[in-house]
This record gives sequence, C-alpha cells and structure tokens, in this order.
Amino acid sequence: MIELDGAGRSFKVRRRVVHAVRDLSFTVSPGEFVGYLGPNGAGKSTTIKMLCGILTPTSGRVRVAGLDPSRRRTTLARRIGVVFGQRTTLWWDLPLTDSFELIRHLYKVDRATFRSRLDELAETLDLGTFMRTPVRQLSLGQRMRGDLTAALLHAPDVLVLDEPTIGLDVVSKASIRDFLRRLNAEQGTTVLLTTHDLGDIERLCRRVMLIDHGRLAFDGTLDDLMATAPEQSSLEEVVTRLYTGAAPAQ
Amino acid sequence: MVRTYFLLIWTWTRAAAAYPVSFTLMILFGIITSGLDVAVILVVFANTTTLAGFSRDEVLFLYGAASVSFAICDMFISNIDRVSQHIKAGTLDTILIRPVGAWIQLAADRFTPNRLGRVLQSAVVLGYAVGALDLDWRRAWMIPVMLVTGIVIFTAVWTLGGAMQFVLIDAPEISNALTYGSHQLNQYPLSIYARDLVKGVTYVLPLAFVNWQPGLYVLGRDDPFGTPEFLRFAGPVAALALALLAALAWRQGVRHYRSTGS
Amino acid sequence: MRNRALTPRRCKTIPLYARLVRYGFRKHATYVWASLAGAFTNSVFGVLRAYILIALWQARPGLAGYDITDAITFCFITQAFIGPMQLFGGGLGIPERIRSGDIALDLVRPASLQLWTLSEDLGRAAYLFLIRGLPPMLVGAAVFGIRVPTDLVQWLAFLAGFTAAVVVSFGWRYLVALSVCWLVDDRGVAVASMILTTFFSGMMLPLHLFPGWLGDLAFALPWAAMVQLPVDLFLGKAPAPDTFAVQLFWAAVLLGLGALGTRAIRHKVVIQGG
Repeated sequence: MIELDGAGRSFKVRRRVVHAVRDLSFTVSPGEFVGYLGPNGAGKSTTIKMLCGILTPTSGRVRVAGLDPSRRRTTLARRIGVVFGQRTTLWWDLPLTDSFELIRHLYKVDRATFRSRLDELAETLDLGTFMRTPVRQLSLGQRMRGDLTAALLHAPDVLVLDEPTIGLDVVSKASIRDFLRRLNAEQGTTVLLTTHDLGDIERLCRRVMLIDHGRLAFDGTLDDLMATAPEQSSLEEVVTRLYTGAAPAQ
Repeated sequence: MVRTYFLLIWTWTRAAAAYPVSFTLMILFGIITSGLDVAVILVVFANTTTLAGFSRDEVLFLYGAASVSFAICDMFISNIDRVSQHIKAGTLDTILIRPVGAWIQLAADRFTPNRLGRVLQSAVVLGYAVGALDLDWRRAWMIPVMLVTGIVIFTAVWTLGGAMQFVLIDAPEISNALTYGSHQLNQYPLSIYARDLVKGVTYVLPLAFVNWQPGLYVLGRDDPFGTPEFLRFAGPVAALALALLAALAWRQGVRHYRSTGS
Repeated sequence: MRNRALTPRRCKTIPLYARLVRYGFRKHATYVWASLAGAFTNSVFGVLRAYILIALWQARPGLAGYDITDAITFCFITQAFIGPMQLFGGGLGIPERIRSGDIALDLVRPASLQLWTLSEDLGRAAYLFLIRGLPPMLVGAAVFGIRVPTDLVQWLAFLAGFTAAVVVSFGWRYLVALSVCWLVDDRGVAVASMILTTFFSGMMLPLHLFPGWLGDLAFALPWAAMVQLPVDLFLGKAPAPDTFAVQLFWAAVLLGLGALGTRAIRHKVVIQGG
C-alpha cells in the first residue's frame, strides 16, 4: 500500500545541502497499523509530505496505493486521508456540517454513501452535539474528531496521521485511539501514525518504524523493539536509548 | 471545476449571511471606498476641463470600464494573493492534499460577497458615462468585449501576483504593486503617462487592452501615441496570451513550493 | 540583536518610555523584507499618481500655489508617509489584544497603556520613516526630480511637523483601536477610518484642490494635520508656528480623548471583568 525505495529529500539552506530524509526504504502492506517514531527534526513530516505528494522527493521512488504521489497528487488525494494534528483541514469559520458537505463535493462522494458514512462516523466519534458549531469554537478534542471524520468521508484506503493526539486530554485520547483501532480492524484501513505519545504506540501499533537523522533506525514489531533493550525496560526507556544512540541500530 | 468553485463561494456566502448587519455595512463601505477614486477624478476636474486631452466623462468612461472588470475580479478571485499567508500558516499543505486544484481552492477561500459594493459602484459610473457621452452606437458592441477582456487580464494579473508569492514569501506586498497598481494605471487615459511606460503596458504586460485600446475605439478617438488601428481589436488575443503566461507561472509556483517545501 | 526583558520594575519613567521607543523600532526591524516590499509598492503608486498630477498641472500651471515640481514632491511625500503614519489604518495591535483578552495584562502594568503604546508606535514610525519613507522619495527624485528644503531651519521645521503628525495619527488610530472594546464588528470603524484618513489627510490629492466648502472642511479636520500640513512645511508653503499650533491642538484633543478612552476601557475590563 505504501512503498518507499531509496527515497531521499534534501533541502538547500543557505547554500548548504541538508538531507531531511536519506535513502529511506520500507513497505507497508494493506491493513497494517504502523507507528512512525522519531525525535523532533528526524524527518517524519518530510516523509509524510512526500507520501501525500506535497513534497517531491529528490531521489528514490515513492508509491502510495500504486500511484506516484508527486505526479498524481490529486488522483491520490481521493484514496488517501490525511490528518495534521497541529492544524486543521476544516474551514475555520464554517460549521462542521458545511465543511463535510464541501468535502463531499470536493471528493465527489455520492449523497447516499456520504449520508451513511457520516452518520456512522458521527455516531462512533460522537459529533452530534457540535455538528453546527463553527470550527473555531470547537475544543481541540472536538476539532480532532471533526478532522478525523473529514479525512475518512471518502473512505480512503490509507490514513496518514501526523500527531493526532497532540494536546488532547486523556479521555479524548482514549476515544480517538479506540476509534482508530476499530477502523483498522473492522474496515481494514491501512494506518500510518506519527506521534510523540508512546501510549499511542503501545495501544495501537503492531509494527513500529523509527527514523533518526533522516534514516530508518528500526523497523519491526513492538516486541522486537522492546527486545533491543535490557528486560524490564519501559517503552519510554527503549525509545530514549534508540534516540540518544545508546543502542546499536538494527 | 467551475461547480466546485461556486459551491465553495456559496458556502462562504452563507457563512457571511449569518451576520446581515455587518454584511450590509460592508457593502456600503465598499461603495464608499471605491467611490474615493471617483471623488479624486471629480476633484481633478473641478480644477480643469480636460486632462491630457480627455474630458471628465471620457475619463469616467475609462475608469468605469476598468473598474467593473477589476471589481469583479476583486470579488471573485482576489484571495489568490494570500499564497504567502497560507504558506506561513501551513494551510497550503491542507489545500494540496485535496483532490481539487489549488488555484480554485485559494481563489474561493474566504470569499465575501461584501465586495459586491465595488462592482455596483463601478457599474453606476460606467452607466453614467455611457449615458452622458454621445457615443456612436454602432461601436457599442465593443463595451461587453472590453469588460470580458478586462476580467481575463486582471484574473491573469492576480494569478501572477499570487504566483510571485511562492517565491516572495516574506514580501507579499510586492504583488499589490502589480494587482492594485494595474487598476490604478487603468483609471486614467494612458495619454497622461510617459511613452515608454505606455509601450511597456501595451507590448509587455498588456494592461492597455483592459480599457484604453478598446476604449479609444468606442470613444471614436485616435491614439495620441499613434499605435496602429488593429490594436483596438487585439484585446482578446493579448488577454489570452497573458492568461497562458499566468497559468504557467502558477504551475511553476506550485511546483516550486513542492520542491522546496518552504 | 539584543533582547532584554522589558520589566517596568526599577525603570524610571523616562528611561522606560525611551526604551519602548527603541523596542518598537527593533521589533519592526525584524520585518525588513515586508517593509521593503511596502516601500516598493508605495513607490510604484507614487509614480502612477505623479503622472495624474503632472497632467493636471500641465493643464493648470501654478494651481494651488504649487509648480509641477512641488506637485510631484507632494505626491512622493504622501506615499512616503503611508508606512510611518499607517494611513491605511492599524499598526497598534490593540484590537487583537482586546479580542484575545490579553489587554487585561497590559492594563495591570504600572505604566500608562496609552503612553506605552505611543512609545512603541513612535519607534515603529521612526523605523518605517527610514525604510518605507526614503525609498519613494529617492524614486521620485530619480524619475521626475523633486524639491527638497535648502536650509537647515526648514528641515528642522519639517522634522518637528512630521513628528507631531505621527503623534496626531497615533491619537486617531488609538481611538479607532479602542473602539473594538464596545463593538461586535470593528471592521466598519476600520474602513470608515481609512476612508476619512486617506481622503481628508491630503493623501490622495492636495487639500488646496478641494473646491469651496469641501476644502475649508478638510483643513478644519484633524486629518489635515497628518499629511497636508507637514508636506507644506517641507515645501516651505506654510508658516511653521501656525502649523505647529494646529498640530498640537489636534494632538492634545486626540490624546485627551484617548486618555478618557483608556480609563473607560480599564473600568470595563478590570472592574467588570471584560
């Protein structure tokens, strides 16, 4: 579903070439739920932008749902859902219902499918009470639930989440995690999740990829990841070891 | 694509309609703001009877023709010049992940029908000037042609202004010189400007075809700069050429953004 | 760039406000490209507007006691004033702080909100005078040729008149900014202010051209003290003492109203709790 083959991305910053991501190769199969970890500035956002076609790679090959994102951005957009935790894809001054209606047209979802999907999402994400509230007046947790709905209305095959639980309280976090787990299990949606919240990883991801300095430092199951450190270590300790380079990269 | 655009602006219109008082007030202020330019013309002609060989009503005709086209673009697509703001706020990314072209989404973004006031004001001035001037009615067919030509040219100019901002992220105001500057230029007969400037806006950035060249035909006047007669009818060609250029610049701008990520 | 914390503690009043002026200057110095872009746009409009005045003065030489060079100079000075005096409005940041509620933090400071804002605004104006004011003048000089004062006294008179004009413009913008506190939608006031300022300050055309009663009215309003009066000092067309008297009168009136407004807003925010 997602294929990177030697993908790299460099930037010119004041005449110096900076490699945000270099020689990145991995494959995510349909139905997987993958956690994508890395310290700040490791290249997570760059990877995500390349997956959506917002950023063209400088080297290597990227395929998402069989398409080259940088050439087929708008075609791919109908098959992929993206949520940025730090900013909303909803229209700031419009009520949620208007945003959803616009998305229905932008993604050309037919009315019946849209209705049933929206009802289902509104039910599971409990949007009922604030459907008519302008987005700017929503709490962060409400907004995130709205953003998730917006990203899923067109039934994408792949869902890419960039720090979806950032700044949320425990209850909101739990409800979002629960929703994502069910989405993956029941609908088979492939999910790629970047986060700094290790709770997200522990509760959701069977597979973890860890990126550092633009390179893949670890790729395996959560159990494999725990096995890189002495027994009884918490996930936090394991990840800290990898981030600070105390453990040899795989 | 057109449907998407109208859907987007309709949604924004409904959002604005939730505040009817401020809506009415802003239309009224739009009329007064753009009326200031007319006030300047009237004050100038309170001090003289002709300006560079043109009478007050002829200047109002040229002003009205350029302003109707400009105000329509101002209303429908001027939000295209917020590229720099979107890049800085990171919202351009959220626009690029949707399955619709960025131009349509940006042009419709935050559409407010408030700017209707400007269109109305310009149309009234144009209507007055057409009525007051003793025009040759066999030439009146050119008026709608020049309005459409003007709309295409100003749309292209605005698109160029937006495209520039992909590069000039920290200095977006430069595009105002292009967009609002073009309108300022076209409010008066080009005969007031220096010959080289007029050559530039005839053969390089074809602003002369918004109202000047076709306007000379409607008014039945010779060009004081002595350009050939066929240029009076060359507007649509010039407009299409500029539109093509603007489309290329826009594509290049989006490509630049995607290859720099800044 | 140094960035010392601005705590009013242990600052004597004069050094505090002097420091705020410098702070306002440096705060705007971080937006150098945006300011240069503004200077470019102001210059382009200066050139376009100059041709209108040239055409008018060719038709009516000596109109309003100006010759063509005076008229061109007038045009470029008004473009140079746009940045420092924020003739299109704004520049104070108070409306945003009122809307976000941060104004309460400003009001509990042991210093006057009005003087505080004025100091920062003077720093901003000084910076924009250099970076947005000089380029249009240079462009005007290069493209058409402009007239500059020849003796020192006239320069000093202009600089004093310019400073007074910035204070008058501040006084007006401060009132406009405070009005947000009492209005749901402040855009109406902002637009109305822009219309009044651009038209009645002389920014669009010299007020001497306004016919009959309209001209008398324009000269009797505060906006004339922002643009028309200091420009006439620059061109040496008006006696300095009379000009200063009018400017100081308007500065006192507007700042006085601003002080009353500050008191009202403190009452509303601190006592009524917003």
